[in-house]
Amino acid sequence: MNEPRPLLILKQLSKTYGDNRVLDSFDLTIFDGEFFTLLGPSGCGKTTVLRMIAGLEDADVGEILLAGQDIARMPAEKRPVNTVFQSYALFPHMTVFDNVAFGLKMSKVPKEEIKPRVMEALEMVRLGDFAQRKPNQLSGGQQQRVAIARAVVNRPKLLLLDESLSALDYKLRQQMQVELKRLQRKLGITFVYVTHDQEEALSMSDRVVVMYKGKVQQLGTPREIYEQPANLFVAKFIGEINQLDGEIVAIDGNHEYEVKVEGMQWTLHAEHNFKVGDRVNVLLRPEDLRVEYLEDVQTSQTLVGKIVERNYKGKTLDSIIRLPSGAELITSEFFDEDDPSFDYSLNQSVAVKWVPGWEVVLPYEAAH
Amino acid sequence: MIRTFRFGFLALILFFIYLPIGVLVVNSFNDSRYGTSWQGFTLKWYERLLANESLMTAATHSLTIAVVAATVATIIGTLGAVALYRYQFRGKAALSSMVFISMLTPDIVMAISLLIIFIAIGIELGFISLLLAHITFCLPFVIIAVYSRLRGFDVKMLEAARDLGASESRIFWKIILPLAVPAVASGWLLSFTLSLDDVIVSAFVTGPGYEILPLKVYSMVRVGVSPEVNAISTLLLVVSLVLVIISQLLLREER
Amino acid sequence: MKQHISQFRFWAIGLITVWLALFVFVPNLLVLITSFLTRDTVNTIALPVNVENYVRTLDLLYLQVLVDSLGMSLLAMIVCLLIGYPFAMCIVQLPKRWQPILLFLVILPFWTNSLVRTYALQFILGNKGLINNLLLSLGLIEKPLQLLYTKFAVVLGLSYILLPFMVLPLFSALEKVDVRLLHAAKDLGAGAFSRFWRITVPLTSPGIVAGCLMVLLPAMGMFYISDLLGGKNLLLGNVIKTQFLNTRDWPFGSALSVLLIVLLGFMLWLYFRAAKFVSRQGGINDSDF
Repeated sequence: MNEPRPLLILKQLSKTYGDNRVLDSFDLTIFDGEFFTLLGPSGCGKTTVLRMIAGLEDADVGEILLAGQDIARMPAEKRPVNTVFQSYALFPHMTVFDNVAFGLKMSKVPKEEIKPRVMEALEMVRLGDFAQRKPNQLSGGQQQRVAIARAVVNRPKLLLLDESLSALDYKLRQQMQVELKRLQRKLGITFVYVTHDQEEALSMSDRVVVMYKGKVQQLGTPREIYEQPANLFVAKFIGEINQLDGEIVAIDGNHEYEVKVEGMQWTLHAEHNFKVGDRVNVLLRPEDLRVEYLEDVQTSQTLVGKIVERNYKGKTLDSIIRLPSGAELITSEFFDEDDPSFDYSLNQSVAVKWVPGWEVVLPYEAAH
Repeated sequence: MIRTFRFGFLALILFFIYLPIGVLVVNSFNDSRYGTSWQGFTLKWYERLLANESLMTAATHSLTIAVVAATVATIIGTLGAVALYRYQFRGKAALSSMVFISMLTPDIVMAISLLIIFIAIGIELGFISLLLAHITFCLPFVIIAVYSRLRGFDVKMLEAARDLGASESRIFWKIILPLAVPAVASGWLLSFTLSLDDVIVSAFVTGPGYEILPLKVYSMVRVGVSPEVNAISTLLLVVSLVLVIISQLLLREER
Repeated sequence: MKQHISQFRFWAIGLITVWLALFVFVPNLLVLITSFLTRDTVNTIALPVNVENYVRTLDLLYLQVLVDSLGMSLLAMIVCLLIGYPFAMCIVQLPKRWQPILLFLVILPFWTNSLVRTYALQFILGNKGLINNLLLSLGLIEKPLQLLYTKFAVVLGLSYILLPFMVLPLFSALEKVDVRLLHAAKDLGAGAFSRFWRITVPLTSPGIVAGCLMVLLPAMGMFYISDLLGGKNLLLGNVIKTQFLNTRDWPFGSALSVLLIVLLGFMLWLYFRAAKFVSRQGGINDSDF
């Protein structure tokens, strides 16, 4: 694999609306050819970043370098960047063909070149037969694909997608996720995708940046972000997670610590450096927890609690277990082929454990 | 019971609204000079009308003013509506309140204010002063018609056009104008009829060299009932009717 | 980081701004200035700045016209409201597909020449007009009633010309009233009258005030209506017109116009107060549900 080549570099972007600082000295580097996602709750600044790259909004300060050129002062219509909008924003008075041809006409592409390029783009999104339709004669998913074709036909250096799938229903969205990913690989264009849906972000992206309050919380591959969240916000935003309080009682060295959790001492792994006496959060994904009947337990190194809720979810059995300290754990277990009928009754006492090393230990933060 | 009552009430009011107009139209075909009783059908008032040169000249003048004023008002008003809709600029609030004020100002006040400015900057009363005045009172109606259409637009669509490389003027010609055509057209038609309709403002800013129809009709009807006026009024009503139907059809298309 | 200013943007903003400044803002300012100047036989207006013109508006003769024309305009407004409100209500209660047709029939006169329509009223009101003819032939009266050239005729003319301006805002206000509120009120035991008085009227009050203003604002200036129908019963517009076109006393005419604007401005202010009040009330109602 080649060394990734930076395509877009954002330097120290800041933006304030009145008293509201939507973006705070924001830095980011996006590589050529990757599928990059800006992920965060609404109001985190992700859409502002996207609109600044597109030129639809100006930063108060900062630089935007695209392939080495500062485009921050370049008007939107001149930037070699195209956007797929959330609401598609198709031109209702033009046919699908004219919609897709619009950008080419604007950049004065020779007439004889326009038709083949438009048709090629439409074929790519499997809408070749719909060229003469008007947007209102198409379904939501088809309109979405026209919007994509309209953007990619210009061969932008960067394709921006603003929550582009959120208007579709669940099933269509799943389908379009696959299609987008495939299209991106085929075109080799860098995609910058904005979403608040963590599942979408994880399944499509090469890299993800998690944003909150105008700042980068974590940048990494989907796996890094899911398995090694950098802070409590990321841990909680990316999927469900259990949070237990702990205290460092001894340092074993090499990122191994003795931690006191729920009145018991555990040997845990942590990426951070702690000293003895530090308070920590121990985070565990529901699917990483194992629940066992008390009679099967072989070691004393387990948490013991009572089942307070059990929900049958089809693929999994999700339970809530209350520990003696009052803390509650959510667990999510896949049904086992050997024992498809396992279940718990309410108030049943059970043991909870996990594979050592799958926990995440972070410095203590008050809950968000 | 209530339904009958409701229907009766609506019908009664509409009857009174249309009764005078109906009588006028009927009398324009009435052989009786004073229209007090039906004396048989005739077209002679229309013939006399066509022979009345000064009336015909006034009609031509009015149509000229109406067409030019409506066109200029539509151009400036459409651009103005786009400016108010799309751009943030200093003095925007002042500008939109100016539109509001010019819409609400009673005609009589607008009339004297225009008369004063024309005299102050030395514009001779006549064609130019009438034209400027008519454009001015048509403007707010065009702006409001077009602006309310623009407000229904998806802002993202205009951003998409920019994103795809369209300059401001291209966005106007390729996206905004084609989509706003019904509103622009109905703004033009409304301006046209307002211009043909106006007595108050015109009475102040007109000059001896350029007579227009409403003022001519006004000076005739002040003297009393005249069959030629009935005929010309009927023609004016027909013109308005055709225009209003066209504009309603345009607006319906839009929905 | 300033965006570059496109030429299109420059023209779009520039044209309308220059036009409105030149033909709306400056002229209105000039009217105000003129009203404080002195009449001059040669130059029309001359210096000494004074308030003489405003003092003259208090002259009994002009005060009488002012009061009369305000009275006739208010009366026309009330007539329009009394006819327009039930009319708009009837339209709202019609099936959806009938509504545009009825509205169209009301708007139609608005598009037709108002001078012509005023003139047409003479056929109805004149001594040999439709009403007198009818009453005479029925033997109800001996000699024709004097209907034309009375205050009654002016009020009728104003109401006739301005009715569409009342119906439109009322219709759009009535259209927005949520029928469920009326059902809820019925459910809570409110009779037809109290439903109307306590729910419909308060909720449509912005429309009522808007309609009243649309009638009242132009009414006092419509000199051709009193000219054609009123005889000696003048509107303020007639006086202003005379001052400008006959007596050529521009300063005094301007003072009368300023007075008119102040009067109308005061009513506009009342309107916004009322609209604010109602929207606040609406807010409370919303949170109650």
